[in-house]
Amino acid sequence: MKKILSGNEAAARGAWEAGAMVGAGYPGTPSTEILENFVKYPGVYAEWSANEKVAADIAIGAAYASKRAFVTMKHVGLNVASDSFMAVSMTGTEAGLVFISADDPAMHSSQNEQDNRNYAKFARVPCLEPNDSQQAKDMMANAFTISEEFDTPVIYRMTTRICHSSGVVELSDDIDAIYEHRPQRASVKFPRNPAKYVMIPGNAVKRRPLLEQRIQKLAAYAETSPLNYIEKGSSALGIITSGISYQYAKEVFPDASILHLGITWPLPKNLIHNFAQSVQRLIVLEELDPFIEEAVKIMGIQVEGKDIFPAIGEYNPRIIRESAVQAGLLPPEAHISLPPAYPEPIPARPPVLCAGCPHRSSFYLLHKMKVPVTGDIGCYSLGVIEPLSAIHTLGSMGDGIAVAQGAVKSGSTEKYVAVIGDSTFFHSGIPALANAVYNQTPFVTIIMDNRITGMTGHQDNLGTGKTLQGKTAPIIDIEALVRAMGVQHVTTLPSFEVDKIETTLKDYLKLDEPSVLITLEPCALLPDSRKRWEPLYINAEACNGCTLCFRVGCPAILKSEELDEHTQRPKAIIDPTLCTGCEVCSQICPRDAISFRKEHQQNGITIQ
Amino acid sequence: MKTINFLLAGVGGQGTILAGELLAHVGLAMGFEVKKAEVHGMSQRGGSVTSHVRWGTRVFAPVAGAGEVDFLLAFEKLEGLRNIHMLCPTAIALINQENIIPISVTSQNQVYPTDGEIQGAFAKTIQRAIFINASDTAKRLGVPQTMNVVLIGALAAVLEEYPAAEFTQSDTIWVDAITKRVPAKYAELNKTAFFAGKSLITLPQKENV
Repeated sequence: MKKILSGNEAAARGAWEAGAMVGAGYPGTPSTEILENFVKYPGVYAEWSANEKVAADIAIGAAYASKRAFVTMKHVGLNVASDSFMAVSMTGTEAGLVFISADDPAMHSSQNEQDNRNYAKFARVPCLEPNDSQQAKDMMANAFTISEEFDTPVIYRMTTRICHSSGVVELSDDIDAIYEHRPQRASVKFPRNPAKYVMIPGNAVKRRPLLEQRIQKLAAYAETSPLNYIEKGSSALGIITSGISYQYAKEVFPDASILHLGITWPLPKNLIHNFAQSVQRLIVLEELDPFIEEAVKIMGIQVEGKDIFPAIGEYNPRIIRESAVQAGLLPPEAHISLPPAYPEPIPARPPVLCAGCPHRSSFYLLHKMKVPVTGDIGCYSLGVIEPLSAIHTLGSMGDGIAVAQGAVKSGSTEKYVAVIGDSTFFHSGIPALANAVYNQTPFVTIIMDNRITGMTGHQDNLGTGKTLQGKTAPIIDIEALVRAMGVQHVTTLPSFEVDKIETTLKDYLKLDEPSVLITLEPCALLPDSRKRWEPLYINAEACNGCTLCFRVGCPAILKSEELDEHTQRPKAIIDPTLCTGCEVCSQICPRDAISFRKEHQQNGITIQ
Repeated sequence: MKTINFLLAGVGGQGTILAGELLAHVGLAMGFEVKKAEVHGMSQRGGSVTSHVRWGTRVFAPVAGAGEVDFLLAFEKLEGLRNIHMLCPTAIALINQENIIPISVTSQNQVYPTDGEIQGAFAKTIQRAIFINASDTAKRLGVPQTMNVVLIGALAAVLEEYPAAEFTQSDTIWVDAITKRVPAKYAELNKTAFFAGKSLITLPQKENV
């Protein structure tokens, strides 16, 4: 039957059909939905792990124990997991092992742009790249087979437009039959093979040449693999392409000859030579790095690529078409002109902390206190957006705490605050905080505990009491953990208690030792939180347009068209469909103008 | 047949993603190859959201480029305006008469354009811009969240008259796609929302060319 599946849904299905028994990962856009879908299939183990390195090691352990396994992560997750990844390239595994790396060209929801095909070359492992949802499903089978045949981990590189695009996939709806017939590997004794699996230098030295032999064998395999194929068209133009770029090639150059590479590392030298000889002009169409292009040039073949198409950002048909017109690959008539731009600036609509977000109060206060704040990755990174404007650094998962420590140790006389969410704290904040205690560094860490991994869409973590498979789990007691590290000053406060948070922060900033404030309140978008939503209303009589409540940056607080007669500034109104009733604004309103309907009524104030 | 490109533009939480899904399934039911693309992640937090849907005999890219979109479904006026450069001159835009004021207007003194400015910009750019009040229609039905399906209904009505469309559609295909993809208890309600949306287009006084 035909079904519309996203690349992520398709990859999950493909992994299951290929007999993957274990899937682990850490949530990260655009990879998150792979595990969320894999867990729905029968007979699998799937988990959200503490971080990508842990997840990778779990998949490695399963593959050592002869079960097909995979690990999912966004591109930067492979940086975190790279130690394990490089190591398992040395050992190989007993059963197939696949690293799914979801790259994010154009940084739709990422801190950087990196082309993880480079990791394949770096680690001497093969890289497979599906070009649509159908391939995202089908090629998982190839990935596991190649992994086992060549005793190597495989990078399965997807990108945002593959992960989050949906297309028609041909598949069987007989789940029971697939379950019966999918490749299953029997449970066997764990390998006692230290020469292969214990990488002390003496063993590693002997394994090292095998990596070079393996990549040579893989290159030979790539020459005839069905994943690499030529679609013969006009000989005027030949395009070497892979992944999503293949779709743009087909769309923009319908007549060209195409060499599609499903395996983008190692490259099939003869196939590329023969293809090059069959066309008059040869180009490589690939998003991000000139990865294939440089390799083809090293083969001594004349080829164009990044001199025509951009080396940064995400492609789309227009970018390809317009670049091609410029380079004379397409006639000038192919140019599509755009309507004139709207003459005025269009107000930006950046993502913001939601109405009722428990992080808002702390950022409002931090902005007011004018202290340097080292941020971290999660919803609370939005504390940087105006008017909160409270975060001054953000680079990678778990970096905020140690960056604050480094700034303090540099001799800076300012008082620092590091902010980190619960999931990120579990991911990589714990060693950093322990380190700050050990090295006795005075600064404040705020752990913003909203009981969920928020930014990626509510995944469970080590603090939520539930696993990906819906099982009840122990909940880490963050306060007890922090105390056990030796932090003497720890307080947990409800996230909406503005005054108490302010007092505690001021006290902690005076200390000569590390301190931790935990702000605790479940994310406002969680189902249980939604049940408690009740809007606040502004008493227009009391509001004098002081605009203080605009500074909390809540999307539910709007400028009224009514101006205060004295200040001539707009009064505030609250959109009752957005307001959750967190009462952060009502606590900072100097005129006590913001209350629930009932309280207004008790005070004899009518709310329309 | 030329590939038909739809762009759905709105604010996180308005139901653009589900509407895109419905549209993709309608295309599949009509016998097209379909592709759909959107970006998740940070855009869920009240930011701008767009979703591409493409119908054709053979569809390659999941997104259309700027200047190539045939139908714009704007769930919010400013988001409609923000994507005006995506439209081809023969495009038809359906724009929901709703303002969602971004933080940049509340706290940074940026200015939300007037209705006249928005209508003027569309009139200058494309053949036909239809402003409808899908949000009010959905509120009248008692469930504001059905606004996305009201818009889909309006689109179905517009597509019936689309001259370049080499396909026949039926209400059954649309209604099937919708009722299969909303919770069972809301199926009837969404069906009502679909037809309410369709009737917004057949009432000529609602149209603002």
